[in-house]
Parts: sequence; C-alpha cells; structure tokens
Amino acid sequence: MLSVKELRASVGDKEILKGLSLEVKAGEVHAIMGPNGSGKSTLGHVLAGRENYQAIGGSVEFDGKNLLDMDTEERAREGLFLAFQYPVEIPGVSNMEFLKTAVDAVRAHRGQEAIDSVQFMKLAREKCKAVNLDDQFLKRGVNEGFSGGEKKRNELMQMMLLEPKLCIMDETDSGLDIDALQVVAEGVNAMRNEDRAIVLVTHYQRLLDFIKPDFVHVLSGGRIIKSGDHSLALELEEKGYGWITKEVA
Amino acid sequence: MTAFTQQAAELTPAGLDWLAEFNQRGRERWKVTPFPTRKTENWKYTSLQALADGSYLRWPQASGAELSEQVDAIQGLDACALIFVNGVFSESLSCNKLPDSVEVVRFSQADESQQQAILSKLGTIADSEKHLFAALNDSWLQEGVYLHVAKNAQVKTPIYIHHITTPEAQSFAVNQRLLVHLETSAEATVVEHFSSTDEAQNCFTNAVTELQLDANARLTHYHLHLEEENTLHIGGVHVNLDRDATLNSFMVSLGANLQRTDVVVYHRGEGAHCGLNGIYMPNHKHTVDFHTCIEHAVPNCTTHEVFRGIIGDHGKAVFNGRIHIHEDAQKTVADLSNKNLLTSHNAEVDTKPELEIYADDVKCSHGATIAQLEEKALYYLQSRGVDRERAEIMLSFGFINELLEQLAHIPVRDYLTPLVSELFEKKFDRARAAA
Repeated sequence: MLSVKELRASVGDKEILKGLSLEVKAGEVHAIMGPNGSGKSTLGHVLAGRENYQAIGGSVEFDGKNLLDMDTEERAREGLFLAFQYPVEIPGVSNMEFLKTAVDAVRAHRGQEAIDSVQFMKLAREKCKAVNLDDQFLKRGVNEGFSGGEKKRNELMQMMLLEPKLCIMDETDSGLDIDALQVVAEGVNAMRNEDRAIVLVTHYQRLLDFIKPDFVHVLSGGRIIKSGDHSLALELEEKGYGWITKEVA
Repeated sequence: MTAFTQQAAELTPAGLDWLAEFNQRGRERWKVTPFPTRKTENWKYTSLQALADGSYLRWPQASGAELSEQVDAIQGLDACALIFVNGVFSESLSCNKLPDSVEVVRFSQADESQQQAILSKLGTIADSEKHLFAALNDSWLQEGVYLHVAKNAQVKTPIYIHHITTPEAQSFAVNQRLLVHLETSAEATVVEHFSSTDEAQNCFTNAVTELQLDANARLTHYHLHLEEENTLHIGGVHVNLDRDATLNSFMVSLGANLQRTDVVVYHRGEGAHCGLNGIYMPNHKHTVDFHTCIEHAVPNCTTHEVFRGIIGDHGKAVFNGRIHIHEDAQKTVADLSNKNLLTSHNAEVDTKPELEIYADDVKCSHGATIAQLEEKALYYLQSRGVDRERAEIMLSFGFINELLEQLAHIPVRDYLTPLVSELFEKKFDRARAAA
C-alpha cells in the first residue's frame, strides 16, 4: 500500500530524512520508534504534504500512485490520514462543521453524495461515544480549549469518520494517562482490518502493549536503522536506543 | 466654507417647532466647522469625496411605504419594533408589548413633558463641537426615537429600531436619531438595524445615537450596519456611563461605499463597565471606518474592547481605537484588541490603537495585528481532505464567528451568522469561478 524508497526530505534548509525506506502492506500494523529528533514527526508531515516539508530525493508510492505529486487534500481523499501529535485549535469553526466538511470532501472524491445532516449528527455522536468524548465537543470550536487527551481522542474520532486506508498516528499516545491510552488503543484496534494499514509513530513501548504491531522499526538520524517484530520494542524499552545506534554504526 | 457645507446648511428639515432652536444651534455649529480634508487627523484615511460629489442633499420623496411584508427583520426576537422607511415611520408594525415603566416615543409624537425630557438630554451626550456630523444631524433633526426606562424597571423585550432605505431615482439624505435614557438600575436591550432593500439604493444616512445610563443601569446594545453597496453612512454612538452602569455593545459593518462610525463612551461614575465588540468585512471597493474613543474620567472602571475585520478585494478598513485614562482614573482596567485579516493583495487596513494614560495605577493593554490566515490551521484542514479555498473560507468565517458566538441574544446571532457566512460563500463562488 505504501512504498517509501530512499526518501530524503528537508524542513526549510535542513535535511531531516536521509534515505528512509519503508514498505507497508494492507492489513499490517507498523510501529516506528526512535529517539527525539530522529525524524519521526517529519516523516508523518512529509507523507501528509505539509508546506515546507520538502521531499528532495527518493520516491513514495501510495496504492500505486505517486504520493509526492498530490496536494495535501488529495492525499487525504485518497485515504491517507495523519493523526497529529499537536492537533491545531481553530476557534470559531465548530467541530461538527469541520467534520462534516471533511467527510463530504472525502465522499465526493469517492463519488458518493454529501451525507445528510441528521444522519451525520447521529454518526458523529456514535463516534464520540466510541472514543469516550462527550458529544458537547461537537458544538465547540475545533480542538478549542480541549485538553491534551481530548485532542488526541478527537483525532481518533476523525479517523473513524473518514475511514482512511492508511492511518499514520504521530505520537497519539504521548501525554495520555493509562485510561485514555486504552480508549485510543481500543479505537485503533477496532479499525484494524485486512484492507487498512496502520503506522504508529511512538516514543514509548507502552502503546504497543495495547496495539500489537506486526513490525517494529527504529528510526535514527533520518533512516530506518533496524527492523524487527514486537520483541524489538521490548528490547528498546529495556536497553534504550543507545546500543542500537552503536550497533549500526 | 465648502460648497457642500453651504448646501447642507441650506437643506432644512420640515421641522418641529420645539426643536427649531436646537436645529438652529446645530446649523450654526456645522457652518463654522471646517469640512474635513485628508489633513484632518480624524479623517486622515477616509475620504469624504463621495459625499461631496454625490448630490445627496435632498429629502427623500417617498413617504413611509408599507413594507412590512418584505422586511428582512430579525426573526424570533419578540421585540418591540419601530420601523422607519427612508426616515419616515412605518405604522404597519406596532409597538405595544411594553410595560408602563417604559416609554418609546417618536419625537413627532412627543407630548409636552416628553419634549422637555428630550430637550434636557438631547445633544448633551454627543458632542457636536467635536463631531461635525453630529452637528449636521442636530441641524437636520426632525424625527427620532426617545426611549426612556424608569428606575429599577427591567425591560425583557428588546427595543428593535430598524431603518430601511429604499431606492429612489435620485440620491437623498436621511437623518436619524436615537436617544436612550435608562434611569437608575434600569435594564434594557436596544437593537439598531440599518438596511437597504436594493443594491441600487443610493443615499447618505447620518445617524446619531445617544445613550445615557444612570447609576447601575444595564444596556445591551446592537448596532448593525447591513446596508447595500452604494450607501453612505456616517454615524455616531455616544454613551454616558454613570456609577456602576454597564454597557455591552456589539457593532457590525458589512461594508458599503462608506460606513463611518464614531463611538464615544464616557465613564463618568466609578465602577462602570463598557464591553464593546465589533466586526467589519469590507470587500469590493468598500470603506469601513471605526473611530472608538473610551474616556476613563473616574477611578475603578473597566473597558473590554475587541474589534475584528476581514478585508477583501479592494476593500479598505480604518480602525482607530483610543482609550484615554484621565489623571484621576486610578485602578482602571482596560484592554483593546484589533485583529485584521487581509484576504487580497489590494485590500487595505489602517489600524491605530491609542492608549493615553495619565494615571499611574492602571492595568491596560492594547494590540493590533494584521495577518494572513494561519498556515498551520490551513494545513490541518487540508490534511482532512478539505480543499484550500474551502479551508480559507472556514478559517475566515471562524475568525469572525468567534465574536458572534458570544452574543447574548440568540435571535440576533442566528440572524447575523448566515449573513456573514453567506458573504464568505460568495467569495468562495467567485474564487471557484475564477479558477
């Protein structure tokens, strides 16, 4: 589904990704771990198409199409979803309006009609419940005054509504207490299926106790320096990142 | 004296005898006040050329047309409504919901004691020496509304004053006046709504509002400029706040040929509060100009002022927000924020917050920003599949909607929200068509 080959990317003038390769197939769950500053968040933004996050080398194919050629919104409509590490607050725009506009945009791209307002309201309430968010949050400004945990659950709710093919979750677990983490993990697990791929970008192994990945990768210095199965995550938890960067060097 | 000054002085109202002297005083003042040029500080960024060129100096021919059926009024307000068409009262909507403690009377209908009450307040709040067009309004005054709320009376029913202008073959002038007097501990809501029925509508409106709030009185005030493209509107809202009085005022200017509003709030008694918010959205070739001036003459008063504007196309906005804290006004708390979004390279904003402080123990802040839309927020919306143009519309709307969301009266909010949102939709359609 996602084929990243020797990707090099810069933010502003600074090269962050230095030849990153990653293959993700439908149905798989990948975890990308790594120390701070290794390029984890940059990877998410380059894939999602953030301005100033420039790919300067290599290739990215998404479902056989050249991802790097697409506009930000086109990537989303094609089924790529990035759950933000720091979701943006947009006062004055209701969460409900935002969600419906997004869902309708994706539906239009799939050749479906705009969803009926009443039906959408019902659906949105359902998803709120699924992520344990009071449905009053639908009336509030997008992420406005939400706590850290509420913002992350709002990201998850968007993911549920948009039903993407590929979910990239950028440190969705960071700063969550264990209860909130479980809610998020349950939500993600419920979305796991054979047609959908999930990439968990995380700093902590803890998340992987709740969402078992098929593959674990270590990102360091802008490249994937080691890949393995779940046991790699446990090893990292125990020994830290030091040994692995040394081993590779 | 300019030709305009001369001709405007010659245009006299049909007149009420008991106002004749007042008219005359206004006329004298108008004649001796120099007509503003670009060198006049208060008019530096706003040209009055359109007014001088426009041959507006005649009264409208139409009498109060019975427009009630088509009037685009604020629904669900359950208000006491007074509707004026081209300055003439329209009988079709009556005003009979009010308790005895409230008087709403038109100047032309005022009895002798009401005339006395009006004359004792009229022109004492709006300073026509400082405000040229208030002097012109004085001189032209023949009809107005007087609202008086007795001590301790709480009026739940909003007083809704709707001025509608309709097209005529020639341009014309409309003079409007509102005088509000809330006695001690009285409470009321006043909605001033200015609209026109047609894009071709072409008139010059000169409107002056005077609000007197006695001790502990509370007024919620809306001042909505929703006229069409070609109108000129110059007006002022002048307020006196006595001890512990509270004014919450919300102003809208959607943009037209010229919309200039001077707001002057005088804190005259300790403990008074002024909340003043406003939005403006000039586009095409509109000019919107707000000059606000808050005078803190006494200690322990508060002011919270927020104005936001979005300026598009060749639109122009001027915002001058002055807060003047007099020497004795210790413990004043005042803040002023003005934020502007420019959505076109040809749009212009001239913003000037002015804080003048002569007391040493006060808490004040002010700020003005001019910005483009936030890249981070646009990216967030786009990353959810929303296209760039739509994302821009949503963010622009959100920027304004933040203030609309705070409105105390839901029917007013529900009336304004789609109007504002429609403005953005129109822009969206234009962007689409151009693409």
